[in-house]
Amino acid sequence: INLSYTSSAMADEEEPQETELSDNQKIDIAKWFLLNSPPGEIQYMAKDLRLVLKDENVYGRAASEAFPLYNKTHIISLQFPNRSGDVLVSSFSEISEDEYLDPRTAQVGKVDHVKQICTEIRPARDEELPTPYIEDYRCALDAEVSKYVSEAYPKGVCSVYCTSGKDVEEPGFDFELVVLITATRLSPQNFCNGSWRSIWNIEFMDELQSVEVRGKMQVGAHYFEEGNVQLDAQHECKDSTMFQSPDDSSFSLANIIRHHETEYMSSLETSYSNLPDSTFKDLRRKLPVTRTLFPWHNTMQFSLTRDITKELGIEK
Amino acid sequence: MNAGQIINIYRWWFLEREKLQINRFFLNLFVKMEAAMGLMRRMPPKHTETALSALLSLLPHHSSDLLSQVDQPLQVVCDVDNGKEFILCEYNRDADSYRSPWSNKYHPPLEDGMYPSSELRTLEVEANEVFTVYRDQYYEGGISSVYLWEDDNEGFVACFLIKKDGSKYGHGRRGYLHEGGWDAIHVIQVGPEEEGMAHYCLTSTIMLSLTTNSETSGTFSLSGSIRRQMKADLSVEDGHLCNMGKMIEELEGKLRNQLDQVYFGKTKEMVCTLRPPPELLLPMPLPEARNP
Repeated sequence: INLSYTSSAMADEEEPQETELSDNQKIDIAKWFLLNSPPGEIQYMAKDLRLVLKDENVYGRAASEAFPLYNKTHIISLQFPNRSGDVLVSSFSEISEDEYLDPRTAQVGKVDHVKQICTEIRPARDEELPTPYIEDYRCALDAEVSKYVSEAYPKGVCSVYCTSGKDVEEPGFDFELVVLITATRLSPQNFCNGSWRSIWNIEFMDELQSVEVRGKMQVGAHYFEEGNVQLDAQHECKDSTMFQSPDDSSFSLANIIRHHETEYMSSLETSYSNLPDSTFKDLRRKLPVTRTLFPWHNTMQFSLTRDITKELGIEK
Repeated sequence: MNAGQIINIYRWWFLEREKLQINRFFLNLFVKMEAAMGLMRRMPPKHTETALSALLSLLPHHSSDLLSQVDQPLQVVCDVDNGKEFILCEYNRDADSYRSPWSNKYHPPLEDGMYPSSELRTLEVEANEVFTVYRDQYYEGGISSVYLWEDDNEGFVACFLIKKDGSKYGHGRRGYLHEGGWDAIHVIQVGPEEEGMAHYCLTSTIMLSLTTNSETSGTFSLSGSIRRQMKADLSVEDGHLCNMGKMIEELEGKLRNQLDQVYFGKTKEMVCTLRPPPELLLPMPLPEARNP
């Protein structure tokens, strides 16, 4: 007994199957779903997607391409296997597709993207680390930002990288540092997940003796108890300060970051508090313009007034 | 054991195996459908349309299930007879044409299209007129359509639809929204009249998205969908339209409040957990010592 009759009967009843998708098209679709997963939910999406696809080859290829991208854009934080610290997965810390640098401990973590774990660590090689001159700036900024992050974020993680000019050995040249701050809260038992991430590009301009700061902050939240509601907010800003000693620069840079992030947080609160009375009202009012419930008992009047306006030719 | 018993056992085993295989086949369909719905529950609501068409192409055998279980943003078409816009949905569709509630004609024209009975059509015309006023009072703009059709069990089904573009480029009176859409789908099953009473079962779905955009606070975007049900046994003395209207008004108001207070509130709570606002971080000021 085979089931060919059952499946052909099913196929006839439904829409006739049009041209079958190629494996590459299926992989593209699967990647699109994975990359659009809300913060912290890619594993759940992957599980469902695997059941929908029923094709391990297609799923495996989609996952191996989508997970590294997702992990890097969401800047996920992974604990070292010996619990000596965390490594942030990002394009700024990337040494190779599965190796990421933690400058604070001068270690490189090997990452399993699909499992989202750090499997091994090794000491960073000299050529992977900045010169002592740059390291003074990086390390001082890391200390100041860490202090701020531990005060402002209950579960924040941060790291500072040198993204350009790491071989500069003395004053007279430009270099760039990047500060990453992330905080993630996953609480699926309460049907809620969320993440905050900010990226601060800091350019030290030697000739102008100034430091240019560009920040990008992104916040996402997902609440899904008997529904699906998502927040997606982002903001970019710019600032600058003077090029000073490592300690002085770091102090003023951490203050700049603190200032902009605090301002952004309060603008988010304002956006929320504007919802009920202004923003949401443009979609649907709480009460009708008449400020009383709709007179369903007495709807004849509407039909009548309509007839009259039509007869008199004063219709809008 | 004689030959007959052996054949019976064999037959039994054969049938059981067949049942098991059929069960497995349907279990497989069910598992795929559950997984597909799981994906839809997590995808950002702004991607609903793309996600649905992606699933349709991955699961062509589940197209009717997917189309009936996943709510999509509503589409609008203009009635060629009177220039009024009406909303498209599964309930006014026949083949590839959609029936306008205003002219009762199919767009594009369709021979032998399905029409409600003349009695239901009279109620449909009245419902559309009254619902237009209701929609204007709550939405200050937007488009609405009501469709009625006969049910298998001597009652009827009504579908009340509202679509509002609340952005400053659309019908947003106050101009706060850079982008803003609200789609409401109310499907109400009305049972047959018995001793002056009828059973009403309403299922309402709201889909919304709103984005504000400014130099100082960046882009702020909330989107979501929720669905709820409400049942009632009501006297038909005041008419079906009055009963249906009151239920819709009540549930729509509830859904709006839930979105506003519960759903948006929960995302705000999450943001404040990630990075508590400064007033929560500052140590509480010590109470001043009172003078004796």
